[in-house]
Amino acid sequence: MGASAGGIQALSALLPALPASLRAPVFIVLHIPRDRPSLLSDIFSRKCAVPVREAEDKEPVVPGTVYFAPANYHLLLDQGPQLALSADDPVYHSRPSIDVLFESAADVYADRLLGVILTGANEDGASGLASVHDHGGITVVENPETSFSPQMALAALKMRPADLVLPLQQIGLLLGTLGAQRTENS
Amino acid sequence: MDAEIGAGAATHGREFELECRLLIDAVYHLYHYDFRGYAPASLRRRLKSAMIHFNCGTISKLQDRIMHEPTAFPVLLDYLTVQVSEMFRDPGYFQALRAKVVPLLRTYPSLKLWVAGCSAGEEAYSLAILLHEEGLLSRALIYATDINPHSLQRAGAGVYDVGRIAGFTANHQKSGATSSLSDYYTAAYGRAVFDKVLRDHIVFSDHSLATDSVFAEVQLVSCRNVLIYFNRELQDRALGLFGDSLCHQGFLGIGAKESLRFSAHSAAFLDVAKDERIFQKRSAL
Repeated sequence: MGASAGGIQALSALLPALPASLRAPVFIVLHIPRDRPSLLSDIFSRKCAVPVREAEDKEPVVPGTVYFAPANYHLLLDQGPQLALSADDPVYHSRPSIDVLFESAADVYADRLLGVILTGANEDGASGLASVHDHGGITVVENPETSFSPQMALAALKMRPADLVLPLQQIGLLLGTLGAQRTENS
Repeated sequence: MDAEIGAGAATHGREFELECRLLIDAVYHLYHYDFRGYAPASLRRRLKSAMIHFNCGTISKLQDRIMHEPTAFPVLLDYLTVQVSEMFRDPGYFQALRAKVVPLLRTYPSLKLWVAGCSAGEEAYSLAILLHEEGLLSRALIYATDINPHSLQRAGAGVYDVGRIAGFTANHQKSGATSSLSDYYTAAYGRAVFDKVLRDHIVFSDHSLATDSVFAEVQLVSCRNVLIYFNRELQDRALGLFGDSLCHQGFLGIGAKESLRFSAHSAAFLDVAKDERIFQKRSAL
């Protein structure tokens, strides 16, 4: 999942809906300030039924866990699957970048991947979501008409049509069903 | 990124994986740069960027150019090694150096430090400034090494875009600075040139953590945001070199999101500043 402006509120509506029986790992890039440590995993741990962690380099992916990209590092997926971090250039002034996460996740999970673009005020994530689509994954975009900040969703939709364009509440309902399904990754 | 390369570009799947491996092997055999132990995800991303630059739809086409055009390889090397750092990146690291490492460094009559993977030199100049502020620069020598000759050349020049100076200055002030960063550079024509006094205490040289061995005994190794690009085996090789280079109770600093936890060498180091990732070599038993 990727989000920027308004992302904390959007994720506050979504992540607590994840069922304790969740089997898919969830990887999240939220644009946050680069110059201080991220508190996201602490904030969301308290609100969620599933483990929420900050991603560490070379850490094996544990099913049913939510991983946040740390401040000032890109989060990537590698074969294993395992997590990888990088300090490469920011993408659209963003590090972590949604494109970097989605493109690498698409390489690893291909058609077993669900990519979700939420609220945001820049174009990061559009080409990443296109990669998810091109690798056979499912793409979901938050409805720009009802989202806090629509630019990110609009940029993604301009590049490829999404499988689902949904208001936040229905994305929550969709994620809530992940525990029951055989879908492995989000 | 697929979209930027253009429709039909082959940037995923088993063929792509194989092509990447073959290119990395060709680079090793032809140019003796060893990227075989690099973490695949970042390497793939960098190769995709290179495909866009060279306008090649497949890695195999890129390989053809790398093997047959002598001018192409240095450009690819920039893509494979490009690393934009900042001066005083993660100011807390430099604060911890001042508090926990500098007092011990003061006890040595002469100092040697190693910045491994120095890229364009930001970290080496930052350390030189810190040592100057602590009154230690005159007896110190910093080895700053990298595999990319182009980076070493830029690092040796000590010239940075003036647009980056505001960020450097903010970091420096948060690092426990006792002077102003502007004391150390001259700005003109959009560029900031760092003082030769700093440069005189830095030796920039070619060294590969993948293929070269130990070259000096040092009191501090600073190697930040380099190990994340290596796989476990190569990380272990690099950490072994650092352990062998460090003097009795020497210090090692790594990146904020790097860890010794999974390394074969983790038992060889003690935590000195946990959050800032500064370690000390244990005494031999």
